[in-house]
Amino acid sequence: MAKYLLLKHYRGAPAAVNDVPMDQWTPEEISAHLQFMTDFAARLEKTGEFVDGQALAEEGTWVRYDGEGRPPVTDGPFAETKDLIAGWMVIDVDSYERAVELAGELSAAPGAGGKPIHEWLELRPFYGVRPTITE
Amino acid sequence: MDELLLRDLTPGVLAVLVRRGADFAAAEDAVQDALVEAVRVWPADPPRDAKGWLVTVAWRKFLDATRADAARRRREDRVEEEPAPGPAPAVDDTLQLYFLCAHPSLTPSSAVALTLRAVGGLTTRQIAEAYLVPEATMAQGVPPTPLRQWGSISRAKRTVSGVRFEQPGDVSTVLRVLYLVFNEGYSGDVDLAAEAIRLTRQLATVIDHPEVAGLFALMLLHHARRAARTAPDGGLVPLAEQDRGRWDTRLIAEGVAILQAALARDRLGEFQAQAAIAALHADAPAAEETDWVQIVEWYDELVRLTDNPVVRLNRAVALGEADGPQAGLAALATVDPTLPRHTAATAYLHERAGDPTTAARLYTEAAAKASNLAERTHLTRQAARLNAGGGGSRARGAGGAGPRTRDAAPD
Repeated sequence: MAKYLLLKHYRGAPAAVNDVPMDQWTPEEISAHLQFMTDFAARLEKTGEFVDGQALAEEGTWVRYDGEGRPPVTDGPFAETKDLIAGWMVIDVDSYERAVELAGELSAAPGAGGKPIHEWLELRPFYGVRPTITE
Repeated sequence: MDELLLRDLTPGVLAVLVRRGADFAAAEDAVQDALVEAVRVWPADPPRDAKGWLVTVAWRKFLDATRADAARRRREDRVEEEPAPGPAPAVDDTLQLYFLCAHPSLTPSSAVALTLRAVGGLTTRQIAEAYLVPEATMAQGVPPTPLRQWGSISRAKRTVSGVRFEQPGDVSTVLRVLYLVFNEGYSGDVDLAAEAIRLTRQLATVIDHPEVAGLFALMLLHHARRAARTAPDGGLVPLAEQDRGRWDTRLIAEGVAILQAALARDRLGEFQAQAAIAALHADAPAAEETDWVQIVEWYDELVRLTDNPVVRLNRAVALGEADGPQAGLAALATVDPTLPRHTAATAYLHERAGDPTTAARLYTEAAAKASNLAERTHLTRQAARLNAGGGGSRARGAGGAGPRTRDAAPD
Protein backbone atom coordinates (compact mmCIF):
# COMPACT_ATOMS: atom_id res chain seq x y z
CA MET A 1 0.00 0.00 0.00
CA ALA A 2 1.17 3.51 -0.73
CA LYS A 3 -0.17 6.78 0.48
CA TYR A 4 -0.91 9.68 -1.81
CA LEU A 5 -1.98 13.24 -1.21
CA LEU A 6 -4.59 14.71 -3.54
CA LEU A 7 -4.35 18.48 -3.47
CA LYS A 8 -7.13 20.74 -4.60
CA HIS A 9 -6.30 24.37 -5.36
CA TYR A 10 -8.37 27.50 -5.11
CA ARG A 11 -5.76 29.10 -7.36
CA GLY A 12 -2.55 27.99 -8.96
CA ALA A 13 -3.73 24.89 -10.79
CA PRO A 14 -4.19 24.99 -14.56
CA ALA A 15 -7.71 26.07 -15.50
CA ALA A 16 -10.38 23.39 -15.35
CA VAL A 17 -12.35 22.54 -18.47
CA ASN A 18 -15.68 23.48 -16.90
CA ASP A 19 -14.28 26.50 -15.08
CA VAL A 20 -17.29 28.29 -13.58
CA PRO A 21 -17.19 29.60 -9.98
CA MET A 22 -19.62 27.87 -7.66
CA ASP A 23 -21.71 30.97 -6.98
CA GLN A 24 -22.64 30.93 -10.68
CA TRP A 25 -24.05 27.39 -10.48
CA THR A 26 -27.66 26.65 -9.67
CA PRO A 27 -28.43 25.52 -6.11
CA GLU A 28 -29.29 22.07 -7.51
CA GLU A 29 -25.88 21.83 -9.17
CA ILE A 30 -24.24 22.68 -5.83
CA SER A 31 -26.22 19.93 -4.12
CA ALA A 32 -25.25 17.43 -6.83
CA HIS A 33 -21.58 18.34 -6.41
CA LEU A 34 -21.66 17.93 -2.62
CA GLN A 35 -23.48 14.63 -2.94
CA PHE A 36 -20.80 13.39 -5.35
CA MET A 37 -18.04 14.33 -2.91
CA THR A 38 -19.79 12.64 0.00
CA ASP A 39 -20.41 9.48 -2.00
CA PHE A 40 -16.83 9.41 -3.23
CA ALA A 41 -15.40 9.54 0.27
CA ALA A 42 -17.93 7.01 1.56
CA ARG A 43 -16.94 4.58 -1.18
CA LEU A 44 -13.24 4.94 -0.32
CA GLU A 45 -13.96 4.43 3.34
CA LYS A 46 -15.63 1.15 2.45
CA THR A 47 -12.66 -0.04 0.39
CA GLY A 48 -10.25 1.07 3.12
CA GLU A 49 -8.54 3.53 0.82
CA PHE A 50 -9.64 6.71 2.60
CA VAL A 51 -7.23 8.13 5.17
CA ASP A 52 -8.14 11.76 5.71
CA GLY A 53 -9.62 14.79 4.06
CA GLN A 54 -9.69 18.41 5.12
CA ALA A 55 -10.80 21.68 3.61
CA LEU A 56 -8.95 24.94 4.20
CA ALA A 57 -10.26 28.46 4.51
CA GLU A 58 -9.26 30.93 1.85
CA GLU A 59 -6.99 33.01 4.06
CA GLY A 60 -3.55 32.19 5.31
CA THR A 61 -0.43 33.86 6.60
CA TRP A 62 3.31 33.36 6.09
CA VAL A 63 5.20 33.09 9.37
CA ARG A 64 8.93 32.87 10.08
CA TYR A 65 11.38 33.01 12.99
CA ASP A 66 12.94 36.45 13.42
CA GLY A 67 15.71 35.79 15.90
CA GLU A 68 16.17 35.38 19.62
CA GLY A 69 13.69 37.26 21.79
CA ARG A 70 11.73 38.64 18.87
CA PRO A 71 8.19 37.74 17.90
CA PRO A 72 7.79 35.78 14.67
CA VAL A 73 7.48 37.82 11.48
CA THR A 74 4.18 37.43 9.70
CA ASP A 75 3.24 38.30 6.17
CA GLY A 76 -0.33 38.18 5.00
CA PRO A 77 -3.13 37.34 4.84
CA PHE A 78 -1.82 36.34 1.43
CA ALA A 79 -5.10 36.81 -0.41
CA GLU A 80 -3.27 37.59 -3.64
CA THR A 81 -0.93 34.62 -3.60
CA LYS A 82 -0.71 32.72 -6.88
CA ASP A 83 -1.05 29.27 -5.36
CA LEU A 84 -3.74 28.66 -2.77
CA ILE A 85 -4.57 25.20 -1.48
CA ALA A 86 -8.29 24.55 -0.97
CA GLY A 87 -8.01 21.19 0.69
CA TRP A 88 -6.65 17.71 0.48
CA MET A 89 -7.52 14.08 0.61
CA VAL A 90 -5.09 11.38 1.67
CA ILE A 91 -5.63 7.97 0.14
CA ASP A 92 -3.92 4.66 0.79
CA VAL A 93 -3.90 2.56 -2.36
CA ASP A 94 -2.16 -0.43 -3.93
CA SER A 95 -0.52 1.36 -6.80
CA TYR A 96 0.23 4.61 -8.54
CA GLU A 97 -2.23 3.56 -11.24
CA ARG A 98 -5.01 3.26 -8.68
CA ALA A 99 -4.14 6.71 -7.25
CA VAL A 100 -4.38 8.24 -10.72
CA GLU A 101 -7.66 6.45 -11.35
CA LEU A 102 -9.18 7.83 -8.14
CA ALA A 103 -7.89 11.35 -8.74
CA GLY A 104 -9.46 11.20 -12.18
CA GLU A 105 -12.79 10.17 -10.70
CA LEU A 106 -12.64 12.97 -8.17
CA SER A 107 -11.85 15.48 -10.90
CA ALA A 108 -15.06 14.41 -12.63
CA ALA A 109 -17.19 15.89 -9.82
CA PRO A 110 -20.14 17.65 -11.44
CA GLY A 111 -20.14 21.44 -11.67
CA ALA A 112 -21.97 24.04 -13.76
CA GLY A 113 -24.61 22.53 -16.01
CA GLY A 114 -24.26 19.26 -14.13
CA LYS A 115 -21.17 18.52 -16.27
CA PRO A 116 -17.84 17.28 -14.90
CA ILE A 117 -15.52 20.07 -13.77
CA HIS A 118 -12.40 18.35 -15.19
CA GLU A 119 -10.51 20.07 -12.40
CA TRP A 120 -6.72 19.58 -12.17
CA LEU A 121 -5.79 17.86 -8.92
CA GLU A 122 -2.22 17.58 -7.74
CA LEU A 123 -1.20 14.00 -6.87
CA ARG A 124 1.79 13.66 -4.53
CA PRO A 125 3.16 10.39 -3.17
CA PHE A 126 4.16 10.19 0.49
CA TYR A 127 7.62 8.87 1.21
CA GLY A 128 7.26 5.23 2.14
CA VAL A 129 8.96 3.43 5.04
CA ARG A 130 12.48 2.10 4.65
CA PRO A 131 12.16 -1.65 4.18
CA THR A 132 13.31 -3.80 7.06
CA ILE A 133 14.95 -6.31 4.72
CA THR A 134 17.17 -4.65 2.16
CA GLU A 135 19.56 -7.40 1.02
CA MET B 1 -24.14 -3.27 32.69
CA ASP B 2 -25.57 0.18 32.47
CA GLU B 3 -22.91 2.48 31.07
CA LEU B 4 -24.95 5.58 31.70
CA LEU B 5 -25.41 4.61 35.36
CA LEU B 6 -21.65 4.24 35.68
CA ARG B 7 -21.13 7.62 34.07
CA ASP B 8 -23.71 9.21 36.34
CA LEU B 9 -21.90 7.83 39.39
CA THR B 10 -18.40 8.75 38.22
CA PRO B 11 -18.30 12.40 39.29
CA GLY B 12 -19.60 11.62 42.78
CA VAL B 13 -17.03 8.88 43.31
CA LEU B 14 -14.22 11.06 42.02
CA ALA B 15 -15.36 13.87 44.27
CA VAL B 16 -15.25 11.65 47.36
CA LEU B 17 -11.68 10.61 46.64
CA VAL B 18 -10.57 14.18 46.05
CA ARG B 19 -12.28 15.31 49.22
CA ARG B 20 -10.48 12.60 51.15
CA GLY B 21 -7.25 14.18 50.04
CA ALA B 22 -6.39 12.29 46.88
CA ASP B 23 -4.54 14.22 44.25
CA PHE B 24 -6.93 14.90 41.36
CA ALA B 25 -4.95 13.11 38.66
CA ALA B 26 -4.37 10.04 40.85
CA ALA B 27 -8.01 9.98 41.95
CA GLU B 28 -9.11 10.09 38.35
CA ASP B 29 -6.89 7.14 37.44
CA ALA B 30 -8.18 5.20 40.44
CA VAL B 31 -11.80 5.82 39.48
CA GLN B 32 -11.08 4.59 35.96
CA ASP B 33 -9.55 1.42 37.44
CA ALA B 34 -12.63 0.95 39.59
CA LEU B 35 -14.90 1.34 36.58
CA VAL B 36 -12.95 -1.33 34.73
CA GLU B 37 -13.30 -3.57 37.77
CA ALA B 38 -17.04 -2.87 37.87
CA VAL B 39 -17.46 -3.86 34.25
CA ARG B 40 -15.67 -7.14 35.04
CA VAL B 41 -17.40 -8.01 38.31
CA TRP B 42 -20.89 -6.56 38.27
CA PRO B 43 -22.54 -8.73 35.61
CA ALA B 44 -22.02 -11.82 37.80
CA ASP B 45 -22.15 -10.12 41.17
CA PRO B 46 -24.09 -6.83 41.12
CA PRO B 47 -23.56 -4.66 44.20
CA ARG B 48 -26.46 -3.46 46.34
CA ASP B 49 -24.98 0.03 46.61
CA ALA B 50 -23.26 0.80 43.33
CA LYS B 51 -21.75 4.10 44.40
CA GLY B 52 -20.53 2.75 47.72
CA TRP B 53 -18.92 -0.14 45.90
CA LEU B 54 -17.17 2.18 43.48
CA VAL B 55 -15.92 4.47 46.26
CA THR B 56 -14.49 1.52 48.19
CA VAL B 57 -12.79 -0.03 45.18
CA ALA B 58 -11.52 3.29 43.82
CA TRP B 59 -10.09 4.24 47.20
CA ARG B 60 -8.36 0.86 47.45
CA LYS B 61 -6.98 1.29 43.92
CA PHE B 62 -5.77 4.74 44.85
CA LEU B 63 -3.99 3.44 47.97
CA ASP B 64 -2.47 0.57 46.00
CA ALA B 65 -1.19 2.88 43.33
CA THR B 66 0.18 5.29 45.87
CA ARG B 67 1.91 2.52 47.82
CA ALA B 68 3.34 1.02 44.67
CA ASP B 69 4.90 4.28 43.72
CA ALA B 70 8.08 4.61 45.72
CA ALA B 71 8.55 8.16 44.53
CA ARG B 72 5.31 9.07 46.24
CA ARG B 73 6.24 7.63 49.61
CA ARG B 74 5.82 10.91 51.38
CA ARG B 75 2.26 11.24 50.23
CA GLU B 76 1.60 7.69 51.37
CA ASP B 77 2.01 8.76 54.96
CA ARG B 78 -0.72 11.27 54.49
CA VAL B 79 -3.25 9.03 52.76
CA GLU B 80 -2.67 6.17 55.18
CA GLU B 81 -4.35 8.27 57.77
CA GLU B 82 -8.06 8.01 58.22
CA PRO B 83 -9.78 10.09 55.53
CA ALA B 84 -10.46 13.59 56.71
CA PRO B 85 -14.11 14.46 57.14
CA GLY B 86 -15.57 16.40 54.24
CA PRO B 87 -15.80 20.19 54.18
CA ALA B 88 -19.21 21.78 54.53
CA PRO B 89 -21.60 18.82 54.41
CA ALA B 90 -24.22 20.97 52.71
CA VAL B 91 -22.03 21.39 49.66
CA ASP B 92 -22.62 18.69 47.12
CA ASP B 93 -19.52 16.87 45.89
CA THR B 94 -20.75 16.74 42.32
CA LEU B 95 -21.21 20.47 42.22
CA GLN B 96 -17.67 20.97 43.49
CA LEU B 97 -16.42 18.78 40.70
CA TYR B 98 -18.11 21.00 38.12
CA PHE B 99 -16.42 24.02 39.65
CA LEU B 100 -13.07 22.29 39.75
CA CYS B 101 -13.25 21.26 36.09
CA ALA B 102 -14.23 24.77 35.04
CA HIS B 103 -11.53 26.38 37.13
CA PRO B 104 -10.55 29.80 35.78
CA SER B 105 -6.89 28.76 35.64
CA LEU B 106 -7.73 26.31 32.85
CA THR B 107 -7.90 27.23 29.20
CA PRO B 108 -11.41 26.84 27.74
CA SER B 109 -10.44 23.73 25.78
CA SER B 110 -8.86 22.13 28.85
CA ALA B 111 -11.92 22.92 30.92
CA VAL B 112 -14.18 21.37 28.29
CA ALA B 113 -12.03 18.26 28.05
CA LEU B 114 -11.75 17.85 31.79
CA THR B 115 -15.49 18.36 32.32
CA LEU B 116 -16.30 15.69 29.75
CA ARG B 117 -13.72 13.37 31.28
CA ALA B 118 -14.33 13.82 34.99
CA VAL B 119 -17.96 14.92 35.20
CA GLY B 120 -19.21 13.27 32.04
CA GLY B 121 -17.23 10.07 32.55
CA LEU B 122 -16.28 9.87 28.88
CA THR B 123 -13.03 8.21 27.95
CA THR B 124 -10.28 10.28 26.38
CA ARG B 125 -10.79 8.28 23.21
CA GLN B 126 -14.50 9.09 23.12
CA ILE B 127 -13.78 12.76 23.64
CA ALA B 128 -11.16 12.73 20.90
CA GLU B 129 -13.56 10.97 18.56
CA ALA B 130 -16.27 13.46 19.34
CA TYR B 131 -14.04 16.27 18.19
CA LEU B 132 -11.74 14.76 15.62
CA VAL B 133 -14.02 13.11 13.14
CA PRO B 134 -12.13 12.25 9.98
CA GLU B 135 -13.31 14.54 7.26
CA ALA B 136 -15.60 12.95 4.73
CA THR B 137 -14.07 14.60 1.73
CA MET B 138 -11.81 17.46 0.84
CA ALA B 139 -14.85 19.54 -0.02
CA GLN B 140 -17.06 18.83 2.95
CA GLY B 141 -17.16 18.45 6.66
CA VAL B 142 -16.24 20.81 9.41
CA PRO B 143 -12.87 22.40 10.03
CA PRO B 144 -10.78 21.22 12.95
CA THR B 145 -12.03 22.52 16.26
CA PRO B 146 -9.80 24.46 18.60
CA LEU B 147 -9.78 21.38 20.81
CA ARG B 148 -6.88 19.62 19.27
CA GLN B 149 -4.43 18.95 22.02
CA TRP B 150 -5.69 15.99 23.94
CA GLY B 151 -2.65 16.20 26.05
CA SER B 152 -4.72 19.01 27.47
CA ILE B 153 -6.57 16.58 29.72
CA SER B 154 -3.50 15.52 31.63
CA ARG B 155 -2.21 19.08 31.66
CA ALA B 156 -5.55 20.22 33.01
CA LYS B 157 -5.48 17.55 35.69
CA ARG B 158 -2.07 18.75 36.79
CA THR B 159 -3.33 22.33 36.85
CA VAL B 160 -6.25 21.59 39.13
CA SER B 161 -4.36 19.11 41.29
CA GLY B 162 -3.22 21.89 43.54
CA VAL B 163 -6.59 23.57 43.77
CA ARG B 164 -8.22 23.30 47.15
CA PHE B 165 -11.36 21.35 46.60
CA GLU B 166 -13.53 23.27 49.01
CA GLN B 167 -12.71 26.52 47.28
CA PRO B 168 -15.98 27.95 46.04
CA GLY B 169 -16.25 28.31 42.31
CA ASP B 170 -18.08 30.73 40.10
CA VAL B 171 -21.15 29.25 38.47
CA SER B 172 -20.73 31.45 35.43
CA THR B 173 -17.47 29.71 34.49
CA VAL B 174 -19.22 26.34 34.72
CA LEU B 175 -22.04 27.57 32.49
CA ARG B 176 -19.53 28.90 29.97
CA VAL B 177 -17.92 25.46 29.72
CA LEU B 178 -21.23 23.64 29.32
CA TYR B 179 -22.27 26.15 26.66
CA LEU B 180 -19.04 25.45 24.76
CA VAL B 181 -19.66 21.71 24.91
CA PHE B 182 -23.19 22.19 23.59
CA ASN B 183 -22.04 24.42 20.77
CA GLU B 184 -19.34 22.03 19.65
CA GLY B 185 -21.96 20.21 17.70
CA TYR B 186 -23.18 16.85 16.75
CA SER B 187 -20.53 14.91 14.93
CA GLY B 188 -18.92 11.71 16.03
CA ASP B 189 -19.96 8.74 18.12
CA VAL B 190 -20.53 10.84 21.18
CA ASP B 191 -23.30 13.35 20.87
CA LEU B 192 -21.81 16.37 22.62
CA ALA B 193 -25.04 18.37 22.47
CA ALA B 194 -26.89 15.58 24.26
CA GLU B 195 -24.00 15.21 26.68
CA ALA B 196 -24.07 18.94 27.46
CA ILE B 197 -27.80 18.70 28.13
CA ARG B 198 -27.30 15.72 30.42
CA LEU B 199 -24.59 17.54 32.39
CA THR B 200 -26.61 20.75 32.61
CA ARG B 201 -29.69 18.82 33.71
CA GLN B 202 -27.59 17.20 36.42
CA LEU B 203 -26.14 20.57 37.42
CA ALA B 204 -29.65 22.00 37.69
CA THR B 205 -30.52 19.31 40.23
CA VAL B 206 -27.64 20.27 42.53
CA ILE B 207 -27.75 24.05 42.28
CA ASP B 208 -30.67 26.41 42.34
CA HIS B 209 -29.67 29.25 40.06
CA PRO B 210 -31.78 31.07 37.44
CA GLU B 211 -28.93 31.20 34.92
CA VAL B 212 -28.38 27.45 35.18
CA ALA B 213 -32.07 27.09 34.39
CA GLY B 214 -31.67 29.67 31.61
CA LEU B 215 -28.85 27.74 29.94
CA PHE B 216 -30.70 24.47 30.38
CA ALA B 217 -33.81 25.96 28.72
CA LEU B 218 -31.68 27.45 25.93
CA MET B 219 -30.14 24.06 25.18
CA LEU B 220 -33.50 22.29 25.16
CA LEU B 221 -35.05 24.87 22.85
CA HIS B 222 -32.18 24.63 20.37
CA HIS B 223 -31.99 20.87 20.60
CA ALA B 224 -35.71 20.71 19.79
CA ARG B 225 -34.98 22.09 16.31
CA ARG B 226 -32.10 19.77 15.60
CA ALA B 227 -33.84 17.40 13.16
CA ALA B 228 -35.13 20.31 11.11
CA ARG B 229 -31.78 22.07 10.95
CA THR B 230 -30.03 19.83 8.43
CA ALA B 231 -31.10 19.15 4.86
CA PRO B 232 -30.90 15.62 3.42
CA ASP B 233 -27.69 16.66 1.61
CA GLY B 234 -26.17 17.79 4.89
CA GLY B 235 -26.64 21.51 4.24
CA LEU B 236 -27.81 24.05 6.78
CA VAL B 237 -31.51 24.80 6.86
CA PRO B 238 -32.01 28.31 8.24
CA LEU B 239 -34.63 28.86 10.89
CA ALA B 240 -37.10 30.55 8.55
CA GLU B 241 -37.05 27.61 6.14
CA GLN B 242 -37.25 24.81 8.67
CA ASP B 243 -40.14 22.38 8.67
CA ARG B 244 -41.62 23.32 12.01
CA GLY B 245 -43.53 20.07 12.12
CA ARG B 246 -40.19 18.40 12.78
CA TRP B 247 -39.47 20.43 15.89
CA ASP B 248 -39.64 18.41 19.09
CA THR B 249 -42.64 19.88 20.90
CA ARG B 250 -41.91 17.92 24.06
CA LEU B 251 -38.46 19.51 24.41
CA ILE B 252 -39.90 22.93 23.59
CA ALA B 253 -42.56 22.58 26.28
CA GLU B 254 -39.94 21.50 28.81
CA GLY B 255 -37.63 24.37 27.86
CA VAL B 256 -40.38 26.97 28.02
CA ALA B 257 -41.59 25.75 31.43
CA ILE B 258 -38.05 25.87 32.86
CA LEU B 259 -37.49 29.32 31.39
CA GLN B 260 -40.77 30.70 32.74
CA ALA B 261 -39.96 29.48 36.25
CA ALA B 262 -36.53 31.09 36.00
CA LEU B 263 -37.81 34.41 34.66
CA ALA B 264 -40.42 34.57 37.43
CA ARG B 265 -37.57 34.92 39.92
CA ASP B 266 -36.67 38.25 38.40
CA ARG B 267 -32.91 37.69 38.27
CA LEU B 268 -32.34 38.08 34.57
CA GLY B 269 -29.09 36.95 33.01
CA GLU B 270 -27.79 36.46 29.51
CA PHE B 271 -28.70 32.79 29.18
CA GLN B 272 -32.28 33.47 30.24
CA ALA B 273 -32.48 36.29 27.69
CA GLN B 274 -31.07 34.06 24.95
CA ALA B 275 -33.51 31.32 25.93
CA ALA B 276 -36.36 33.84 25.76
CA ILE B 277 -35.40 34.63 22.16
CA ALA B 278 -35.23 30.93 21.33
CA ALA B 279 -38.62 30.45 22.99
CA LEU B 280 -40.19 33.21 20.89
CA HIS B 281 -38.96 31.48 17.74
CA ALA B 282 -40.24 28.15 19.01
CA ASP B 283 -43.60 29.74 19.72
CA ALA B 284 -44.20 30.90 16.13
CA PRO B 285 -46.26 28.38 14.13
CA ALA B 286 -44.76 29.85 10.94
CA ALA B 287 -41.75 32.09 10.30
CA GLU B 288 -44.04 34.96 9.27
CA GLU B 289 -45.74 34.85 12.65
CA THR B 290 -42.54 35.41 14.61
CA ASP B 291 -42.89 38.16 17.21
CA TRP B 292 -39.86 40.16 16.08
CA VAL B 293 -40.82 43.21 18.13
CA GLN B 294 -40.52 41.23 21.33
CA ILE B 295 -37.33 39.58 20.08
CA VAL B 296 -35.76 43.01 19.53
CA GLU B 297 -36.73 43.89 23.11
CA TRP B 298 -34.91 40.79 24.38
CA TYR B 299 -31.87 41.76 22.32
CA ASP B 300 -32.00 45.16 23.99
CA GLU B 301 -31.84 43.34 27.33
CA LEU B 302 -28.92 41.27 26.08
CA VAL B 303 -27.05 44.38 24.95
CA ARG B 304 -27.65 45.85 28.40
CA LEU B 305 -26.40 42.65 30.10
CA THR B 306 -23.38 41.88 27.94
CA ASP B 307 -22.72 44.70 25.49
CA ASN B 308 -21.39 42.03 23.19
CA PRO B 309 -20.80 43.15 19.55
CA VAL B 310 -22.21 39.87 18.25
CA VAL B 311 -25.41 40.58 20.15
CA ARG B 312 -25.56 44.01 18.50
CA LEU B 313 -25.17 42.34 15.12
CA ASN B 314 -28.00 39.90 15.83
CA ARG B 315 -30.13 42.73 17.15
CA ALA B 316 -29.68 44.63 13.87
CA VAL B 317 -30.96 41.65 11.90
CA ALA B 318 -33.94 41.25 14.24
CA LEU B 319 -34.63 44.96 13.87
CA GLY B 320 -34.60 44.46 10.10
CA GLU B 321 -37.44 41.98 10.56
CA ALA B 322 -39.38 44.12 13.03
CA ASP B 323 -39.01 47.56 11.41
CA GLY B 324 -37.96 46.74 7.86
CA PRO B 325 -34.62 46.07 6.11
CA GLN B 326 -33.59 49.74 5.95
CA ALA B 327 -33.82 50.02 9.74
CA GLY B 328 -31.77 46.84 9.98
CA LEU B 329 -29.12 48.13 7.59
CA ALA B 330 -28.92 51.40 9.51
CA ALA B 331 -28.40 49.52 12.77
CA LEU B 332 -25.85 47.25 11.11
CA ALA B 333 -23.86 50.27 9.96
CA THR B 334 -23.09 51.02 13.61
CA VAL B 335 -21.70 47.52 14.25
CA ASP B 336 -18.04 46.54 13.75
CA PRO B 337 -17.87 45.39 10.09
CA THR B 338 -15.05 42.92 10.77
CA LEU B 339 -17.33 40.72 12.89
CA PRO B 340 -17.92 37.23 11.55
CA ARG B 341 -21.22 37.11 9.65
CA HIS B 342 -21.46 40.90 9.32
CA THR B 343 -21.20 40.57 5.53
CA ALA B 344 -23.75 37.74 5.50
CA ALA B 345 -26.20 39.81 7.54
CA THR B 346 -25.73 42.77 5.22
CA ALA B 347 -26.34 40.54 2.20
CA TYR B 348 -29.53 39.21 3.76
CA LEU B 349 -30.90 42.68 4.53
CA HIS B 350 -30.07 43.91 1.00
CA GLU B 351 -31.99 41.00 -0.41
CA ARG B 352 -34.93 41.80 1.80
CA ALA B 353 -34.66 45.42 0.67
CA GLY B 354 -35.10 44.29 -2.95
CA ASP B 355 -31.52 44.52 -4.20
CA PRO B 356 -30.59 40.98 -5.32
CA THR B 357 -27.50 42.09 -7.24
CA THR B 358 -25.82 43.64 -4.22
CA ALA B 359 -27.04 40.76 -2.07
CA ALA B 360 -25.52 38.13 -4.40
CA ARG B 361 -22.18 39.93 -4.48
CA LEU B 362 -22.14 40.19 -0.67
CA TYR B 363 -23.15 36.54 -0.21
CA THR B 364 -20.17 35.49 -2.36
CA GLU B 365 -17.92 37.75 -0.33
CA ALA B 366 -19.34 36.36 2.92
CA ALA B 367 -18.81 32.78 1.71
CA ALA B 368 -15.10 33.42 1.24
CA LYS B 369 -14.90 34.62 4.85
CA ALA B 370 -16.99 31.84 6.41
CA SER B 371 -15.35 30.07 9.33
CA ASN B 372 -16.89 26.68 8.62
CA LEU B 373 -17.76 24.73 5.53
CA ALA B 374 -21.46 24.33 6.23
CA GLU B 375 -21.81 28.08 6.44
CA ARG B 376 -19.62 28.61 3.41
CA THR B 377 -21.72 26.22 1.36
CA HIS B 378 -24.92 27.82 2.60
CA LEU B 379 -23.77 31.31 1.64
CA THR B 380 -22.50 30.16 -1.77
CA ARG B 381 -25.91 28.60 -2.34
CA GLN B 382 -27.61 31.89 -1.47
CA ALA B 383 -25.44 33.69 -4.02
CA ALA B 384 -26.10 30.97 -6.58
CA ARG B 385 -29.85 31.22 -6.04
CA LEU B 386 -29.84 34.97 -6.68
CA ASN B 387 -27.42 34.73 -9.62
CA ALA B 388 -29.58 32.02 -11.18
CA GLY B 389 -32.48 34.43 -11.41
CA GLY B 390 -33.50 34.47 -7.82
CA GLY B 391 -36.44 32.08 -7.98
CA GLY B 392 -38.37 32.93 -4.84
CA SER B 393 -35.64 35.35 -3.92
CA ARG B 394 -38.04 37.73 -2.26
CA ALA B 395 -39.63 34.90 -0.39
CA ARG B 396 -39.64 35.31 3.27
CA GLY B 397 -37.44 32.40 4.09
CA ALA B 398 -34.91 32.95 1.41
CA GLY B 399 -32.25 34.67 3.39
CA GLY B 400 -31.37 32.38 6.17
CA ALA B 401 -27.90 33.79 6.24
CA GLY B 402 -28.71 36.42 8.80
CA PRO B 403 -27.03 35.55 12.05
CA ARG B 404 -30.28 35.78 13.93
CA THR B 405 -31.90 33.18 11.77
CA ARG B 406 -28.81 31.11 11.32
CA ASP B 407 -29.99 28.96 14.15
CA ALA B 408 -26.80 27.78 15.60
CA ALA B 409 -26.81 28.44 19.30
CA PRO B 410 -26.15 32.15 19.58
CA ASP B 411 -22.63 33.31 20.13
